Amino acid sequence: MLTLFIQQVLNGLLDGVYYLLIALGLSLIFSLGGIVNLAHGAFYAIGAYLTIVLAPHIGFGGAMVASPLLVALIGIVVERSLFQRFYRSDPILSLLLTFGLAMVAEQSLRMIFGAPPLSFSIPPALRGQIFIGDFIYSRYRAMLLLIAAACVLGLWFLLQRTAFGRVIRAGVQNPDMVGALGISLQPYMVAVAGIGIGLAGLAGVLLAPIYSIHPAMGQEIITPAFVVVVIGGLGSFWGVVVAALMVGLVKGITIGLGYTQWSTAVIYLMMLLVLLFRPRGLFGERIQRFE
Amino acid sequence: MSDLLKTTRLSRRQALAGLGAGAATGLIASPSIILAQTPDAIRFGHLTPRTGFLGPLGEYGVMAVDLAVEEINAAGGVNGRKLEALKEDSVNPQTASTKAERMIERDKVTCILGEISSASCLTISQVAARNKTLFVNTGGNSDALRGESCNRYMFHVEHQNSMYVKSCGRSLMAQGLVKGKKWFSLTADYAFGHDLSKVAKRFMEANGGQFAADKLVPTDATDFSALLLEIRAAKPDLVISNLAGNQITNFLKQYAEFGLTFPVAGFGFDTALAWAAGKDNFGGTWPCVWHHLIDTPGTKAFVAAFTKKYGKPPENQAWGDYMAVKIMAQSMNELKSTETAKILEHWEKGAKFDVLKGREGYFRASDHQLISEMYTITALPAAQVKNQWDLFTSSPPVPGPNEDMEVIATSGDEAVCKMS
Repeated sequence: MLTLFIQQVLNGLLDGVYYLLIALGLSLIFSLGGIVNLAHGAFYAIGAYLTIVLAPHIGFGGAMVASPLLVALIGIVVERSLFQRFYRSDPILSLLLTFGLAMVAEQSLRMIFGAPPLSFSIPPALRGQIFIGDFIYSRYRAMLLLIAAACVLGLWFLLQRTAFGRVIRAGVQNPDMVGALGISLQPYMVAVAGIGIGLAGLAGVLLAPIYSIHPAMGQEIITPAFVVVVIGGLGSFWGVVVAALMVGLVKGITIGLGYTQWSTAVIYLMMLLVLLFRPRGLFGERIQRFE
Repeated sequence: MSDLLKTTRLSRRQALAGLGAGAATGLIASPSIILAQTPDAIRFGHLTPRTGFLGPLGEYGVMAVDLAVEEINAAGGVNGRKLEALKEDSVNPQTASTKAERMIERDKVTCILGEISSASCLTISQVAARNKTLFVNTGGNSDALRGESCNRYMFHVEHQNSMYVKSCGRSLMAQGLVKGKKWFSLTADYAFGHDLSKVAKRFMEANGGQFAADKLVPTDATDFSALLLEIRAAKPDLVISNLAGNQITNFLKQYAEFGLTFPVAGFGFDTALAWAAGKDNFGGTWPCVWHHLIDTPGTKAFVAAFTKKYGKPPENQAWGDYMAVKIMAQSMNELKSTETAKILEHWEKGAKFDVLKGREGYFRASDHQLISEMYTITALPAAQVKNQWDLFTSSPPVPGPNEDMEVIATSGDEAVCKMS
């Protein structure tokens, strides 16, 4: 029984990584622009649908590159045409905007591809399982984890070790000071929207072979992703990473103890507890303009 | 643009409110759809979930209703009047009941058809009974709707959980997967799943099987990896799905992904979910109230008309809604009346209908269940699949030709209906 419990804990940890790609983008866009992007899940769904369209022509590998890029492009257009008008406004306006955007995107997918779910399978070359002692894991998921880990590290490097990242981090803390130094945040906002939304598109590609693909699939993933951002705390890169792993871990432990029916509820319970004791989230930094 | 973010001053409270609202996106509902009303038409209401995890199935119901109405009107309508459908997304049990109320009181519909969620069926049937209006359930399976929650104004085209369990159960018995065998069962954690699980357990115990485990799965769970590990460790003789909607597709895709080889069967099923899983992932034995490969003239005509209109074959939910509209229109034409009391009496007296299967169907007076044949389908190996739709082979009709069709339905104290 113990080994199964350990397997569940391990699987839970890996599970949390799937939320990361969504949560990191959400957190970035919110930290810098103050926009709670309720349409983030819709971009994830668009990524999955693009995979279905593109994979027969350019293969799954090609789709894995092309879909996130296309989604990022859509993200940039949305940022330029819509988001940028709301950085100064009451957050309730951007909430309404992205809420509407999510509905428009979902309904468009329904009109183009139909409401019934579409099928998409793991490419034959990536099928199969990995056995580590008693633990079994799918080869496809192992690849998914590697890609997710590479994205997380790449993003961390970009934010922490480059001049580009320094401006973004400064912009999160104090946009006025960044402006006073003569740096326009506008191109950085475009880049952040492109990267954040592109990551959601990438998650869509990666999860398309193992999840059901239907117009409302974005709603399924966005809620746990928000929970991860809230638990992790705003402005903290590693906070989001740790929170994603914790969410997975707590889910894994709950299932390992035999309470499958609580596996979804428990993450909200965790969010509640974290907010009670640490209203800024676990690693939330004190961001002046949000105080 | 140096002051780009100058005035962006969110309070902590606003920021949290924003994130909280984000966490509540599950509540997104699509706007309702109301058709223009022709004055002299016979109007009926159609309510079914078009969003959420049952939405994809609901869409088949909507397509079928449109097709049926079109065919009926092309053939002269009902008693010389045009038939008109008022279609809305039922969303959830509360909204379903509000919309049913409005359809009856404001839009004066003659009856209400539709639904997939057993929980919404219950709330609509209560409104229907209060207003003495017919409600024909086309997709809610729970036995309780035909038992303790039954009422005089609710009829069921969709077959009950017991019929699904007993049909598939026969096939499992023939494969030797019941007596002395261990089942690992996964159950959707809501009304339908609980009801189905209860019926499945009764069948399993009565036939000498036992649980290796019985797990409840939240309806919004998308990842089954943890449960697949449990299944692998438990080494069951059979994995049973009492799941619903997209859950089944997710489960099948991930079951294939993890390479588990225990036989799979399920007691609740819709062919759209097999299509969504695809030939590489679909596996196991499943019960079906109807499918597009049934070899009868009625089914062939329906499949041809549906495919012509929508470019894809109908699935079983389409059959349910199509039959409900056809049965209702046929009865109104035969009775030359749209009066609820007359239709109700006609159906209770055992009027027979072509339900596109080998034998005709009828509503059983005791619980208003449509009695007709069922089928068990078995997944074909991927190599034998010729196109994206024909993923399975079908059993002959269950029950067999010499048996009473009611043998698969609830009997005795399995579900007791006291009509009020």
